[in-house]
Amino acid sequence: MVLSRRAVMLAPGLGWLALLLVIPCGIIFVHSFFERGIYGGIDYVFTLENYRRAIDPLYLRIFLASVRIALTATAIALLLGYPAAYFIALQAKRRQMPLLILIMLPFWSNYLIRTYAWIVLLNREGLINRGLIDLGVIDTPLSLLYNDFAVITGLVYGYVPFMILALYSSISKLGPDLREASTDLGAGAWRTFLRITLPLTLPGIAAGCIFVFVLSIGNFVTPDLLGGKQRAMLGNLIYGQFLTARDWPFGAALAFILIAIMMLLLSAQAWLVNREREIAP
Amino acid sequence: MRADPVKTWLTAHLGLVYLFLYGPIVVLVVLSFNASGLPTAWTGFSTDWYAKLIQNEAILASVRNSLIVAFSSTAISTVIGTLLAMGLEEGRPSGALEALVTAPMIIPDIVLAIALLSFYTLLHMTLGLHSIILSHAVFNIAFVCTVVRTRFKHFDRSIIEASIDLGAGEFTTFRRVTLPVIAPGVIAAALLSFTLSIDEFIIAYFTAGAGRASTTFPMQIYSMIRFGVTPEINAAATIVMGVSFMLVFLSQRLSREVE
Amino acid sequence: MMKTLIGRALRGFSAAAIVAMPLTAIANLVSASAASAAEKIVISNWDGYMPKDLLANFTKETGIEAEMSVHATNEEIMGKVTANGGQGYDVLFVSSPFAEALHKLDLIAPIDAAKVPNLANLYAQAKELPYDPGNSFSVPYTWGTTGLCYRSDLVKTEPTSWMDLLQPSADLKGKITMLATDRWLMAAGLKALGYSVNDTNEADVAKAKELLISAKKNLLAYDDTTFYSKLVSGEASLVQAWDGWCNYGITDNKAIKFVVPKEGSDMWVDTMVVTAASEHKDAALAFINYILKADVHESVAELTLYKVPNEKAMAGLDKTLVDTYPNLGMAPADLVKQEQLRDLGKEMKLYSKTVTEITASN
Repeated sequence: MVLSRRAVMLAPGLGWLALLLVIPCGIIFVHSFFERGIYGGIDYVFTLENYRRAIDPLYLRIFLASVRIALTATAIALLLGYPAAYFIALQAKRRQMPLLILIMLPFWSNYLIRTYAWIVLLNREGLINRGLIDLGVIDTPLSLLYNDFAVITGLVYGYVPFMILALYSSISKLGPDLREASTDLGAGAWRTFLRITLPLTLPGIAAGCIFVFVLSIGNFVTPDLLGGKQRAMLGNLIYGQFLTARDWPFGAALAFILIAIMMLLLSAQAWLVNREREIAP
Repeated sequence: MRADPVKTWLTAHLGLVYLFLYGPIVVLVVLSFNASGLPTAWTGFSTDWYAKLIQNEAILASVRNSLIVAFSSTAISTVIGTLLAMGLEEGRPSGALEALVTAPMIIPDIVLAIALLSFYTLLHMTLGLHSIILSHAVFNIAFVCTVVRTRFKHFDRSIIEASIDLGAGEFTTFRRVTLPVIAPGVIAAALLSFTLSIDEFIIAYFTAGAGRASTTFPMQIYSMIRFGVTPEINAAATIVMGVSFMLVFLSQRLSREVE
Repeated sequence: MMKTLIGRALRGFSAAAIVAMPLTAIANLVSASAASAAEKIVISNWDGYMPKDLLANFTKETGIEAEMSVHATNEEIMGKVTANGGQGYDVLFVSSPFAEALHKLDLIAPIDAAKVPNLANLYAQAKELPYDPGNSFSVPYTWGTTGLCYRSDLVKTEPTSWMDLLQPSADLKGKITMLATDRWLMAAGLKALGYSVNDTNEADVAKAKELLISAKKNLLAYDDTTFYSKLVSGEASLVQAWDGWCNYGITDNKAIKFVVPKEGSDMWVDTMVVTAASEHKDAALAFINYILKADVHESVAELTLYKVPNEKAMAGLDKTLVDTYPNLGMAPADLVKQEQLRDLGKEMKLYSKTVTEITASN
C-alpha cells in the first residue's frame, strides 16, 4: 500500500524525465563517441577522440575560470538573498506573497533587454559613471563593463530571485517563535541564529546555491554582452561547439564531462549537508 | 515600542535588494518612453513606441505565445514536481533518483534543446507551442521538486501515517496535513518555474514549430537584435512584465474572493 | 491561514492552467486551419531584414500565402535544420558558408533557374560566386564586405590597415571593438598578415592567433551586434564592422566612416535557399523570384542599407542614399576582389580551437 502510493507520486515525474530527458540526452551522449562529419553532420564511426580532445589544459582553464566566477556569484547572491528572504518570511502571511511577486516581477520582462539596460547603466558614458562624475565623486570614468565585475553583477542580478525563492521556502517553514527569537535583540539572538536557524534552513541554502551555481555556469548571454566576450566560459564553449563549430560530438563530450563533474560536486555537497544536519541539535 | 535595530537593518537591506532589482527595470521602462531611438540620450517623452508596438502583430502574438507556454508549463510542473518531491521524500534516499532529478538543472540548455528536437523528429511529432510546453516542463519539474523538498526536511512523517491510521483518506490527509506544510514551497516553486519559462530562449527556439504560431517573445526579441534595440522592444518588455503581473495578481485575487 | 494561502495558490494556478490549455489548443487549431486554406510557405529570416509589407504584397501578387518565422543567428537555424531536416521551413535566409554547408549536407534543394526568371536581374558577378557558381543551390540576397568603421572626429589619423585595429596608436587603446564570430575574428588576423581568410596552414593560423591575442589587450570588447551604437555614444572610436551595420551608425552620426583595409578583406553574401524538406518548392522559388524583382529588391536595399546584388535594383536606388552611405556605391567588381569565406570542412576544428584560445587568453 505504502509502496504503491509512493509509486503513484513518483510515476508522472520520473516518467516525464525518463521520456524527455534520459532518452533524448542518451542519443546525444552516444553522439559523443562518433566523429564530426566533414560538413558538420555526424560520421558514425566509433571514437574516443572527442574525450581525448577535451582533456586539454585549455578547457581545464576555462572550467576553473567559470567555476570561480559562478562560485563568486553564488556567494554574493546568498549574502544578498538570505536577509531578504528572511525578512519576507517574517512578515504577516498576507504580505509575503506580494513581496515575493515584487521580487520576481523584473524577471518577467526579458533577459536580453535587462542585460542591455545594464549596459546603459554601466558603460563608460553610462548613467552610473555620468552620475558619479557629476557628483564629483570621480574624475575619470570607472571600468564597470566588459570585465569580470560586470559578468558577476549580471549573474547575481539574474539569479538572486531564485536564491530568494528557495530560501523563502525553507525559512518560512520555521515556527514564528523561532524566527522572532533570532531577530529579537538579546545576548542569545546571534547564537540562536547560528546554532538553530541557520542549520534548519540549510536545505534552502543548498537549493538556492545549486540554482545560482548551475544557472551561472551554463550562462552564455551575460559573458557575451556584459563581459564583452573577453572571458570564455563553459556555457559559451559548449554552445559554440554545438552551433558555431557545428561539432556536436565534441560539444556532447564537453557537456557530459561537465555534467559528470557537477554530479560529483553536488553529491559531495549533499553528503556534507546531511552530515551537518546530523551534527546540528 | 522601541525600534529594533535588527529589523531596521533587515528592512533597509530588503530596500536595497529591490533597488538593485529595479535599477535596470527603471532604465528599461524610461527608455520605452524616449522619443529618440538611441539609448544614449533622452530627447523627450513620447508614447510613439507603444503606438508602433500595438500595430506590430508579430510582437503581440509572441507575447501571447510566451504567456501560454509559461502558464501551462508552470501548471504541469508544479503538480508533477510537487508529487515527485513528496514521493522522493517518502522513501529511502536513492543516488540514481537524485541524479535524475538534478540532471535537468545541470544539463546545458543547448544540449537539451538539440536532444529534444532530435527526439521529436525521430517520433515524427508535429512541433508547436505544445512541444515547447512539454520541453519546458523537463527543467521546471526539477526546479519545482528541489524547492518543494526544502519544506520536507525535518518534517515529521509520522503525522501522515497517524492521519491515515485514524481513517482519513489519502486525499484528505494530503489536503489537511501535507499541503499546509509545503504550501509556501509550492507557491515559490510555481513562481520560479513561471519565471524560468517565460524568459527561456534556446530550448523554446529548437522545439518550436516553424512559423508565427509558435514564436515566443524571447525568440522574437533575439531575432530583432540584429537590426538594433529600438525602444519598441523596451515597450514590449514593459508590457510583458505588466501583463504577467496582472495575470499572477488576478489569479491570486480571484481565488481569495472565492473563499 | 496557511490553508488559505495554499488554496489560493492552487486555485490560482489551476485557473491559469484551465485558461491556458484551451488557448493553446485554439492557437494550434487556428494555425492548422490557416495552413489548409491556401498554399503557404514558411520563411525563416531575421526580423527586420525584409520590408514589413513584403510578404503581404507577395501574397497579393501571387496568391501564395507566406508566413515569417524568425531566427536570431545563422548558427541557430543551421542547428535546427541539421537536427530536424528543415521540416516546416520552405525558404531560409543564411550567410553563404552556411548555405554551402547545408548544400553539402543535402539539406537544401537545387534552384531551378527556369522557375526564377528574375535571376537575370543579378549582376554578372553575383551569378558566378565561387561557393556556388551558377546559383545552383542559393540565390544571393544582400552582399558586402567587412572593414573598419570609425569616428572620423575621434581618431587622430584615419585608419587604412588591419594593423590600425590590431596594433592601435595609444589614443585608441580601450576604444576598439572586434567581431567575435569565429571566421571574422580570424579574418582580421589572417588578412593583417597577408594570408587568406580560408588559410588552414597551422603555422599561419598560429601566427594570426598570436597577433589576435596581443590585440586583445587593447580592446574595449568583442561585439557582434551593438558596435555601431558604441561608436555613436563615443564609447568606441574604431570598430571592426560589416559595411551595412556601419551604415546604421552613420544614420545617427555623420562623422562615422567606413573603410576597407588596404590588405583586403572578406566578402560576405547573405543568401536565400529552399529546404530539401519543403513541400512547396515551386511556391518557394516564386518567392525568391519575387524578391529579385527590381523594385522589391530595391526596397530591401533602402530598408537594410545593405548592397543588393541586383543590377536593376541598384540602378533605381536613390542617389542621395549613396551620398550618405558611400559604401552602398561600392562597385560589384571591387566587391568580388575581396575573398569569400568558404566552409572549411574538417579544418573547422582548428579554427574553433584557435578562437577558443584567443577568447580564453588573458
